[in-house]
Amino acid sequence: MKRRDFIQIAGLGASAMVLPFSSFGNIVDPMRVLEPGMDVAQKKLLADTALNAAKASGATYADVRIGRYLNQFIITRENKVENVVNTESFGTGVRVIANGTWGFASTNDVSPDGIAKAAKQAVLIAKANSKVQKDPVKLAPVQSYGEVSYKTPIQKNAFEVPIKDKVDLLLNANAKAMENGADYINNLLFLVNEQKYFASTEGSYIDQDVHRTWPVFTVTVIDKQSGTYKERDSFSSPVGMGYEYLDGKAEDKIQAPGDVVLYNKSYDMVEDATFAAEQAKQLLSAKSVEPGKYDLALEPSHLWLTIHESVGHPLELDRVLGYEANYAGTSFATLDKWKTKTFNYGSKQVNLFADKTQVGSLGAVGYDDEGVKCKRWDLVKDGILVNYQAIRDQAAIIGEKESHGCCYADNWNSLQFQRMANVSLAPGKEQLSVQQLIGGIDKGIYIVKDGSFSIDQQRYNFQFGGQLYFEIKNGKIAGMLKDVSYQSNTQEFWNSCAQVCDERDYRLNGSFFDGKGQPGQISAVSHGSATARFNGVNVINTARSI
Amino acid sequence: MAILSKEEAKQILEKVISFSKADGLVANLNGNNSGNIRYARNTVSTAGENSDVTLGVQAYYGKKSGVATVNEFDTASLEKVVRRAEELAKLAPENPEFMEPLPQQEYGESKTYAEATAKITPDYRAQAAANSINPAAAKDVTAAGFLEDNNSFAAMMNTKGLFAYNKATNVDFTVTMRSNDGTGSGWVTRDYNDVSKLNTAEASQIAIDKALGSRNAKAIEPGKYTVILEPAASAELLGNMFFSMGARQADEGRSFLSKKGGGTKLGEKLVDERINIYADPFNTEAPAAPWTGDGQARKKLDIIKNGVVSNLFYDRYWASQKNVAPVPFPGNVIFEGGTASVEDMIKDTKKGILVTRFWYIRSVDPQTQLYTGLTRDSTFFIENGKIKHPIKNFRFNESPVIMLNNLEALGKQVRTGGNLIPYMKIRDFTFTSLSDAV
Repeated sequence: MKRRDFIQIAGLGASAMVLPFSSFGNIVDPMRVLEPGMDVAQKKLLADTALNAAKASGATYADVRIGRYLNQFIITRENKVENVVNTESFGTGVRVIANGTWGFASTNDVSPDGIAKAAKQAVLIAKANSKVQKDPVKLAPVQSYGEVSYKTPIQKNAFEVPIKDKVDLLLNANAKAMENGADYINNLLFLVNEQKYFASTEGSYIDQDVHRTWPVFTVTVIDKQSGTYKERDSFSSPVGMGYEYLDGKAEDKIQAPGDVVLYNKSYDMVEDATFAAEQAKQLLSAKSVEPGKYDLALEPSHLWLTIHESVGHPLELDRVLGYEANYAGTSFATLDKWKTKTFNYGSKQVNLFADKTQVGSLGAVGYDDEGVKCKRWDLVKDGILVNYQAIRDQAAIIGEKESHGCCYADNWNSLQFQRMANVSLAPGKEQLSVQQLIGGIDKGIYIVKDGSFSIDQQRYNFQFGGQLYFEIKNGKIAGMLKDVSYQSNTQEFWNSCAQVCDERDYRLNGSFFDGKGQPGQISAVSHGSATARFNGVNVINTARSI
Repeated sequence: MAILSKEEAKQILEKVISFSKADGLVANLNGNNSGNIRYARNTVSTAGENSDVTLGVQAYYGKKSGVATVNEFDTASLEKVVRRAEELAKLAPENPEFMEPLPQQEYGESKTYAEATAKITPDYRAQAAANSINPAAAKDVTAAGFLEDNNSFAAMMNTKGLFAYNKATNVDFTVTMRSNDGTGSGWVTRDYNDVSKLNTAEASQIAIDKALGSRNAKAIEPGKYTVILEPAASAELLGNMFFSMGARQADEGRSFLSKKGGGTKLGEKLVDERINIYADPFNTEAPAAPWTGDGQARKKLDIIKNGVVSNLFYDRYWASQKNVAPVPFPGNVIFEGGTASVEDMIKDTKKGILVTRFWYIRSVDPQTQLYTGLTRDSTFFIENGKIKHPIKNFRFNESPVIMLNNLEALGKQVRTGGNLIPYMKIRDFTFTSLSDAV
């Protein structure tokens, strides 16, 4: 499964060919994805077969993942269903250490013979690679958990909801957008269920059932006269939840400044489609921003991506160490800065933490993909850099006694490696509402929802846009702006953080498709925050004429 | 099993087609053998191989279609996947945009396969990595690189009598070289259908030289500068623009090629008249598959001729709505260049910046094709015809449309990502801020 494939899929209808979908697994009928997978007792037998075969071949450590990965895509535009696709991918991956070196092999032949063969192949590869190995792998200790399980705490399994109901919801939302002035709407629902079984020579047998849901649309309005168009994306978030996310409960709606309605733990797609069309029209005639320094009030639906790029990624230990140098890049947050224990990542208001246990988040699981129980830990405390994200073979480098539990593989045939945990900005400790925060700004911009994003390979310089921008004058919203992007430097930006609203405003948003590694893998991750104020940030005007 | 010959693929597909009970059926059979090696910190980190064959079947009744895929090829499995696609088709809602499959087409002779690439072994990959790591380690430089090779085939058949087959090989190599003092970084990319053209030692030396030559870069003020863009720098920006040249988006009014008051810019001058860009699947340096995933024949196709937009891409449905011939999305892009080498172009530059590559390019405004991103892995200041010193990286905000209007000169073409792209000298390229990243 590759991010590029998803981008292709999002733009494809039924007239497009089948192949991009098959990178997610075999395309199957909707009933197939409801069938139970392999029995846990059978998985344990197979896992033991793999572990024994690996040990017999000379492995000093082995883990095996037996995974069934299910996806459902529902793709619509305006009044048409363009495609409904279900995919299933089932197989096993065995990872071993032999001669102090990692080896990995995978197969879709999940039989005793097939899995033993993969285990032996992994040991062969480890031994071959050990010839060029310079530092033997050292694993941080992990508890032996025995036979345990975890299930995303969903209320409604989205795969069990009849496809007709889902299609009706999407088409209903599309109709509302069109009634309210949209020229076009592309509306997609994407469901994920990872049924994964993990076992290792450390004595853990972990069965997990992980669910994720993402409804997402883009509304387009066109002014033919001027030859311009504007788009507004949905204010939904990808979530680690079931279909209950689409209940759109009144208590989960937030009346935000600028007459904007935002959503917390459930989402009203039909209502949002109406607002999207209206707001996209307003954007056509909004005032073009005057470039300069502004105090920014960044809404959680926007700030999550800035956190993701400028905190989540630079604090991944494999990047810091240089393993990603040829692709995603390295990090400005080097070990020498961390070792000083005085590196000011941000102002005193800034507390950033990693957490793989937050209910409803995309990264929440019971155990990571190397059998480590998930937890919460601090990354930046009162502005000071205090920790990174590390897995078992990295923990010793930063003096940690145990892994942080953030190892992940996006499929049974991918090798697990360090991936970003949910990384979030802690809400402010003192009572502060969004209205109060905006009330204190003389010249500023309130930015809602993520838009354009770009950051350098060491995570210093970034530029972000959003979906909606409101000018703040003397503590009051003074109308909509357009053509806004802000540019800053990570350390400067987080040190300009003056206020963070309290926990009443704390919400999660996130990414379904965070890409990393070569060959590329994707990962889903959430980021929480409350609305936060950043002083004196450089805003540019992005209008051009061609 | 992964790579089937034309005859083997045909046999399987004929069997699949024979099971059809629907109004019609399209079957696509694809297989791939791939291998890779990844290294970092001057040592190999991971290596692997993957092999897969997938059969995709699309059955249709009228305008209702269903798709199923399988990777087992016994007779029972083939029949089962056809039945499943047919059941899904019956359940599917009617799609007004569904197009019936094409009858047999005429395809040109493919140039995408090279035997040497199909024969790459794990030993070859390990040696290719060693040839990159060893010279780096000898120069106080750290290498991180990735080599990936693919040997694949694609075949399709339908109930209208169409059969198509192609096999292709490809090898991609990238390496980042960083000086051990952390102040210099160089990068190089190579891709070929034929691995015998790849020399990872030669390519790595360029990245090593850049890493050492870019140490202790100086900051200069952001602003508008004349730039010499290496082909790898401009390829992604241009690719984004080509990807946005769909006729439907332009007709719908949501494209940079939509016009005020309606209509499109097809046939209008968009960029400097010295610019000629076309697709040619039969180019020997950068070939593409001679047919598309839905069986349309790819031919040589002008995209921009003398600065004028000469084609937009029409899928079959949109072409039928507009009563024009479909124009499939190209498999490659050939951007005509000149004869000047990069050294010649530097000599002719009074004041400018040489850019190795851009990184993290993202759309800022699709309407104007405005993109942002940063320079990365060696950026140099040019003064009076000479490289003066390395400079710190810049963030840019620029549109390829504006860029191609500000053309100063075109240099030699280089294959990049399966396309041929020239060195380009562009005036008034917009850099908006400085980055401390190395």
